[in-house]
Amino acid sequence: MRTFYKFHGGVHPPEHKEESNRLPIAPAPLAKRLTVPLRQHIGNPAIPVVKVGDQVLKGQMIGAADGFISAAVHAPTSGTVSAIEPHAVPHPSGLPDLCITIEADGEERWIERAPLDYRNADPDAVRLRLRDAGVVGLGGAVFPSYVKLNPGAPAGIKTLVLNGAECEPWITSDDRLMRERAAEVVEGIKIMAHLMCPKEVLIGIEDNKPEAAAAMRAACQGTGYEVVVVPTLYPSGGEKQLIKLLTGKEVPAGQRPVNIGVTCSNTGTACTVHRAVNHGEPVISRIVTVTGNVPEPRNFEALIGTPIAEIIQLAGGARPDTTHYILGGPMMGFGLNNLNAPLAKAVNCVIAASPALFPPPPPPMPCIRCGRCAQACPCELQPQELFWFSHSQNFDKARAYNLFDCIECGACSYVCPSHIPLVSYYRFAKSEIAMRDMEKKLAEQAKERFELKQQRIEREKQEKAARFAEKAAAAAKAAAAASGVEDPEAAAKKAAIQAAVERAKAKKAEAAAALLPLPLRERAGERGENLDAPSPSPPSRTHPHPNLPLEGEGTIALSPSRGELERGFEGEGVKNNTEAS
Amino acid sequence: MSAPHVLTPDRSVSTIMLMVLGALVPAICAYYYFFGPAILISLALSSVTAIAAEAAMLRLRKYPLKFFLFDGSALLTAWLLALSIPPMAPWWLIVVGTAFAIIVAKHLYGGLGNNLFNPAMVGFAVLMISFPAFMTQWPAPLMLSQHPVGFIEALQYYFSGTLSGVKLDAVTMATPLDTLKTQLQLQHAVSDVKQMPIFGAFGGKGSEIIAAMYLLGGLFLWQKRIITWHIPVSFLATLILIAAVFYGIDGSRYASPMFHLFTGGAMLGAFFIATDYVTSPTTPRGKLIFGAGVGLLEYLIRVFGGYPDGIAFSVLIMNAAVPLIDAYTQPRVFGHNTKAE
Repeated sequence: MRTFYKFHGGVHPPEHKEESNRLPIAPAPLAKRLTVPLRQHIGNPAIPVVKVGDQVLKGQMIGAADGFISAAVHAPTSGTVSAIEPHAVPHPSGLPDLCITIEADGEERWIERAPLDYRNADPDAVRLRLRDAGVVGLGGAVFPSYVKLNPGAPAGIKTLVLNGAECEPWITSDDRLMRERAAEVVEGIKIMAHLMCPKEVLIGIEDNKPEAAAAMRAACQGTGYEVVVVPTLYPSGGEKQLIKLLTGKEVPAGQRPVNIGVTCSNTGTACTVHRAVNHGEPVISRIVTVTGNVPEPRNFEALIGTPIAEIIQLAGGARPDTTHYILGGPMMGFGLNNLNAPLAKAVNCVIAASPALFPPPPPPMPCIRCGRCAQACPCELQPQELFWFSHSQNFDKARAYNLFDCIECGACSYVCPSHIPLVSYYRFAKSEIAMRDMEKKLAEQAKERFELKQQRIEREKQEKAARFAEKAAAAAKAAAAASGVEDPEAAAKKAAIQAAVERAKAKKAEAAAALLPLPLRERAGERGENLDAPSPSPPSRTHPHPNLPLEGEGTIALSPSRGELERGFEGEGVKNNTEAS
Repeated sequence: MSAPHVLTPDRSVSTIMLMVLGALVPAICAYYYFFGPAILISLALSSVTAIAAEAAMLRLRKYPLKFFLFDGSALLTAWLLALSIPPMAPWWLIVVGTAFAIIVAKHLYGGLGNNLFNPAMVGFAVLMISFPAFMTQWPAPLMLSQHPVGFIEALQYYFSGTLSGVKLDAVTMATPLDTLKTQLQLQHAVSDVKQMPIFGAFGGKGSEIIAAMYLLGGLFLWQKRIITWHIPVSFLATLILIAAVFYGIDGSRYASPMFHLFTGGAMLGAFFIATDYVTSPTTPRGKLIFGAGVGLLEYLIRVFGGYPDGIAFSVLIMNAAVPLIDAYTQPRVFGHNTKAE
């Protein structure tokens, strides 16, 4: 039996796994209308490659990956594209996002599915397959897998970690998946291992899922992959926590696991890798737990795009005293404010919440510095200090006390005897800091623009003066010539041409002065040159969102925000990494 | 609705405070057993004063009484103060001390969670400086008293300042720490002094049992994870260590470590006063430094200072250092300063 290494802190909220993990995964019936969001992953949203009115086949790519950090999306069934427009999506902001709506024809006609012999294929071809099959991390962070499954580190990958911890209460989708489809998961791991060439493959599963661990052990026979049962302690499924548990190594702050030769993927992701490569099936469905205040909680395999309301109905529908719905787990999940939102790749659980199951929090009391949060923090932060600084808007201090190492797991809020919504304070401080950083950057750019403008004005002044002098000289010359031999008309024409050339030159210089990239210039246009103008206040920045254009340089490297795993991939970092490799 | 959507069901500010109050009960029982019912009057007076002062301040500061009045924090301050001062005193002594603790030390500093100094110890210090005569008027253990004071008599003394038929001197006595200090000044050896009837096996007769009950209550709090081991252990270890050094140098002039542990406010201070969340450091290393500082000052004030016991002043001095201690003892954060591969 392999030993594991402890991480600091952690909490043990009531598990509530029993409710939904008894029954096998049930297939969800085909919905009449499926709405597929184009942004179901970290990075750029997919670009639609179909038009309204197009007939599509099941599995047909309807949105293509855009740029490096992106993934494709596919038609979950055959039918007709009826709309490409903003629609409610499962996102904490509650804002609509661009989706492709498909009216199902009920025939479920597949595209041609071609398996890929990954052992004899170019690894890049396998990765492209994953990109075009829309394979993303299903643990919650939905990072494009093809980017991750690239042994970019100079030292190579030593350990491939499979995350089957599923540490959030209530959720059992990975549990059931590992129990029922262990062989498929292992096939997926083989592909990942083929791409990464790790020295060891470790599969971490919490000890509250003995059946899943047993099934995975059986499926791993003869592969050399090792199933490691770790104690049930939230957030053992956090990427960095699981890596610490299994390898004893800490991912350095601000870095990614690959920097210490580790890659971590969710077991559910492994299954989709297998389907994509060995069966040619893109990610068009996922397993989702429906639990909480419903009569028949269980797991369903539903097509991406199925309205969440319909999925809740499959579990018998929410009981009348249901007050709200939580997407994801109770520790890190968010409230769903529109039941018309479709199932997306990131949605692993829908919890119907009632006051009995999720009592509203009592009013917060002042912090009494009991330090229970510090004892619970898996990042070994001092949450009470961060709270103090966030509360008093002392953001520099908050940053200095490593606010950005916070993974927002919620352990501190969970144990707080004063019931302070600590994580909300951290999110607030993080977004404030990000906004200030951006404002500072914009102010610097505005200053630069202003200086260039000053230079241009100065230059134009001089040029104008020069032109006048020239003109005067020409006139004088012409006057002199009029009395002499030269044609006065020709001299005037020459002067006019000269003036036009000067004007063109000035225009060119002006264009060169406006060096800034387009979006920033647009923004600068909104703001004018006035540095005091209030900056547009963006909504929550902890989640990438379509309506919040994180324009090129404005991308904010926030600390990872949600998802049980596959965190730590910040767009720019990855970009730099691959550019270097 | 923001995550997390679940909260620990079994811990709130008031349950924590109630558990601490509960942990004091064995010591209060022992107090009652050895020193008579006066302590109950003292506790009742301080409790009523604390609640009244708390309610008045909350109203003035426009805080909802509903959530704050019975959070238990004011009651805890009241009890700690009542247990720290002599239980035979005019009624206004404990009332003034408690009111000062709640109004000035707690609310004028921002109320629950914001006070820099331990309110109970501020109350104690005010009384110690303003009314020193009353603060040394400790009742004798019942077994040594010619005239055990009953409940009615104690009540009578509290409100009239006189005892019928007996002089106050007949029922009060210098504390063991005080006795030792005076006797040592008269050039008696520790071993001779400790033959006096007031001394028990380790500390004072009766009071050593109360100290043991504080220890018991403290272990309960530790077991329930209300407090961590850091402050009590570093406090008591420092006290033992420094007492052992002086005891080793001259056993006839300095009392043994055990004596120091079981007299005065050492146990109460180590488990209930120095561990006050609001006024002690939050980092593990900070707690160790804080506890050690209190232990060291406690010994120095006790043995070399002008007061019989030093718990209040040592705690208050260290309270002032807490922000600094916290700032300099921040623990390593996950993923920082990791060893390079």
